[in-house]
Amino acid sequence: MNFFEWRLEDLHKELSERKLSVTELVKASLARIANTDEQIGAFLTLAEDEALKHAQTLDERLMNGGKRGLLFGLPIGLKDNIVTEGLLTTCASRMLENFVPVYDATVVQKLKQQDAVTIGKTNMDEFAMGSSSETSAFRPVRNPWNRDYVPGGSSGGSAASVAAGQVYFALGSDTGGSIRQPASYCGIVGLKPTYGLVSRHGLVAYASSFDQIGPLTKNVEDAAYVLQAIAGHDPMDSTSARIDIPDYSKALTGEVRGLKIGVPEQYMGEGVDSRVREKIQEALKVFEQLGAHVEEMSLAHTEYAVATYYLLSCSEASSNLARFDGVRYGVRADDADNLIDLYLESRSRGFGDEVKRRIMLGTYSLSSGYYDAYYAKAQKVRTLIRREFEEAFSRYDVLVTPTTPTPAFPIGSKINDPLTMYMNDICTIPANLAGIPAISVPCGLVDGLPVGLQIIGKAFDEMTVLRAAHAFEQNTDHHKLHPEL
Amino acid sequence: MSISIEEVEHVAQLARLKLSDEEKQMFAEQLSKILQYVNKLNELDTEGVEPMSRASHMENVLREDEVKPSLARELVMKNAPDEQDGFFRVPSVLD
Amino acid sequence: MPVTGSKYETVIGLEVHVELLTRSKIFCGCSTEFGAPPNANTCPICLGHPGTLPVLNKRAVEFAVKAAMALNCTIAEETQFARKNYFYPDLAKAYQISQSDRPIGENGWIDIEVNGQTKRIGIMRLHLEEDAGKLVHGEGGFHSLVDFNRAGTPLIEIVSEPDIRSPEEAEAYLKKLRAIMSYCEVSDVKMEQGSLRCDANISLRPVGETKLGTKTELKNMNSFANVRKALEYEQSRQAALLDKGEPIIQETRRWDEAAGKTIAMRSKEEAEDYRYFPDPDLVTIHIDKAWQDQIRQTIPELPDERKARYTSEYGLSEYDAEVITSSKKLADLFEDSLKYTSDAKAAANWIMGELLGYLNANQLEPDDIKISGKHLGEMIRLIDDGTISSKIAKQVFRDMMESGKDPDTIVKEKGLVQISDESAILEVVDKVIANNPQVVADYKGGKEKALGFLVGQVMKETKGKANPGIVNKLFKQRLNEE
Repeated sequence: MNFFEWRLEDLHKELSERKLSVTELVKASLARIANTDEQIGAFLTLAEDEALKHAQTLDERLMNGGKRGLLFGLPIGLKDNIVTEGLLTTCASRMLENFVPVYDATVVQKLKQQDAVTIGKTNMDEFAMGSSSETSAFRPVRNPWNRDYVPGGSSGGSAASVAAGQVYFALGSDTGGSIRQPASYCGIVGLKPTYGLVSRHGLVAYASSFDQIGPLTKNVEDAAYVLQAIAGHDPMDSTSARIDIPDYSKALTGEVRGLKIGVPEQYMGEGVDSRVREKIQEALKVFEQLGAHVEEMSLAHTEYAVATYYLLSCSEASSNLARFDGVRYGVRADDADNLIDLYLESRSRGFGDEVKRRIMLGTYSLSSGYYDAYYAKAQKVRTLIRREFEEAFSRYDVLVTPTTPTPAFPIGSKINDPLTMYMNDICTIPANLAGIPAISVPCGLVDGLPVGLQIIGKAFDEMTVLRAAHAFEQNTDHHKLHPEL
Repeated sequence: MSISIEEVEHVAQLARLKLSDEEKQMFAEQLSKILQYVNKLNELDTEGVEPMSRASHMENVLREDEVKPSLARELVMKNAPDEQDGFFRVPSVLD
Repeated sequence: MPVTGSKYETVIGLEVHVELLTRSKIFCGCSTEFGAPPNANTCPICLGHPGTLPVLNKRAVEFAVKAAMALNCTIAEETQFARKNYFYPDLAKAYQISQSDRPIGENGWIDIEVNGQTKRIGIMRLHLEEDAGKLVHGEGGFHSLVDFNRAGTPLIEIVSEPDIRSPEEAEAYLKKLRAIMSYCEVSDVKMEQGSLRCDANISLRPVGETKLGTKTELKNMNSFANVRKALEYEQSRQAALLDKGEPIIQETRRWDEAAGKTIAMRSKEEAEDYRYFPDPDLVTIHIDKAWQDQIRQTIPELPDERKARYTSEYGLSEYDAEVITSSKKLADLFEDSLKYTSDAKAAANWIMGELLGYLNANQLEPDDIKISGKHLGEMIRLIDDGTISSKIAKQVFRDMMESGKDPDTIVKEKGLVQISDESAILEVVDKVIANNPQVVADYKGGKEKALGFLVGQVMKETKGKANPGIVNKLFKQRLNEE
């Protein structure tokens, strides 16, 4: 079975009526992975036995009429930078190829509470550093729409597995677009929540002031349900927000009459593929037809976002990844006979090029003599970018942009040119800098490859973001398309 | 803005990364290019602008001083590359 | 103050680390208890496992603020944490969460007493940070072993201004700092357990020069005496170099206690660059007026205030008051004893004499004292009411120090009650007179000293328990009768 053809409500109805069991769902997921993953490479680790055992427990509960969680029985994928107790968590890095965590991330605990079944851990760019899932130390992920193309990244395995119908949904993490960009490239829905809405406890840090966990789903409705399950204050994360979590399903009204939509011109100009631009313009027409007010506006600091992001995220990363030193866990160079060699050898062998590059850039920008020129300067520009968004949201309810300037690119085409690769994140990075929510929803195909529409909202206003995304989705057929495998 | 091989070596030492000569060359070129690009931030006047060092608006997040159970010692050592008598073992730190 | 007879002025600054007495660690719930098996008090957070995040212990902040207030610091209304990045096996995350900008306290001071002079030493800053783990060196010298039990214990670092001018002043500063921390009950300040640690910067300059000379940093001094000795050594070493016109090398030197000298540690290949930046995993901490007031109310009377009170209220000498207030334990003992006796001077004398003598002789610290103020007070009362003699009291006191028992019990158990019953004593007096006819004759012949011998004999017979006043009186009666 291909999960793309099911709605949550229908699945749960089938389960209630005993026409379907959780075990069957889990077996279907495992079978789909067995049939398709050789081509896609979405999974790094499968938890087959654990998943079947979990399914059995849930089936027993089904028989006993016990309480059922919101995500009851759904087979899911978890990005491999989300730690899972007793289940290999590698971050797609040689550094952690043997690392078995001793605790569950908060999101994993929350998904368990809602009775979702973890099928396995999805492939990604090493330590979430990349936009193509090619920097995985184990194997690249391929786009289910065209196996010669990248699925995007860094949550490429999560996006591809949902697009390929291997799992019902997956979790990813988004530091500079790592959920939205692969969702866009794979023709699915990807939501980056407001910074602080979802706990980071148990997310292996790339850049702590940017990282957020979020859902990759095949439609907006599912995104709302998954968000419901994972959002909320966590005492284990000091940056976790203390806010009341609304009922996100109430956002699924289809109603956008009077919604004020701003379209920042900087996201629609030069560098954006004209066919992508056309898709966005068509989407804006849909919103207008539904009674929303669409207006072009300006976010003048957009052109500084990529530079700001790379300086800050790499600075934080250089410190976050220092703990991988071969002392307490992770790979260790066995042949090192002194301490300095132990560090140098373990880290050089454990990390791939992109990770090293970002650690180098970050170390440089924090180092004595350069801090003010790079790190501190970027922090100030970040303030300007955040302020610009705050000002925009005094006038608009949401901002609509393309998720990426182009559809997916061929594997290998950008991997040797870091700066070009970084520029690909131009549309997604600003929301991470400002810490605000943004979603990517499918808005059509170009050359057989999906294009994503990004809807950005104000901090903690996921309700409006979901409402706009849902209305668009329900009035178009793009989300019904899925790749043939 | 260009970064020299010596600077690459210095930064690599700080980051505890061992680089081959080819890698040094590659990083010197790539980092120079990236730094050239990020220098565009200097076009912006940020005089008097507060740096944004955190994305969270939270303040005074504190926990009570309560002892929670520690990790079982076999779990402490579960991923240890080398251990001895309940300690993590590393090459001697003394010279 | 210049080195005696020297043409150089010594400039010293001290960096003191004090472990805070919280129950749990600064960023996780692991116990801070000392002495657990290796790595027993650890969890994914203090082991720096991937995905873990710090959550700040409220009491650690309050203790740091309390300490900063007791050191007369200005308290930061808004404070934040920064990462100090460096690699070492005992540092789990390869960064230490510490403070750089906006430390909790700045611009404080304490007064020290050297050679009867009061001197004010400035405190540049006080900040809060986490401790690292501990390294044990394996057999054969090939390996080091890491124990993370201490990792994450809250520490405050107290940095003095370079106001200290001699090793004696350095020691006085440390003692005062230790006393203040101990009075505030924020730390158990045990140098031998590492809950108080000290590094020193020392440089010399020609007398009259205002520019600072090249400094060296001294490490590995694990007692106050060693701090003083290391500074004394370094002071003469630097003076000798300067005399010869040789340069001082800016370096870190380790105190080698056995060798009695400082030794240069292998100079690092390049200067450390800690790349401090604000920790994005922690949020800003506002220490508003209300919270400050609340903390300020928990600060007890501090050593200087107590000292002033002891001299004015109890008439203690400056010196006695200084010594007794240098330790909270001693000062508390002194004050507690006064609930049981009104003789403050006697209590002070017992502490200054017998008690400190006992501690010195047995190399103990005031914290090891078993005796309570109540016991001391009761003992003084037993002397006052004639139950025991002062001589017996010394024996009782020693027993109290060793066993921790109360004086009544000791006196009863050992039968040490003074004999004041005249008829009982008279019996012994008569016996002594009968046994020593020659001495009696000497006395009668005018040798006053002979009486002392006779009294001594009675004391010997009664194991010191006879009331000496009564013994004297009875001898005089008997010998003058005849």
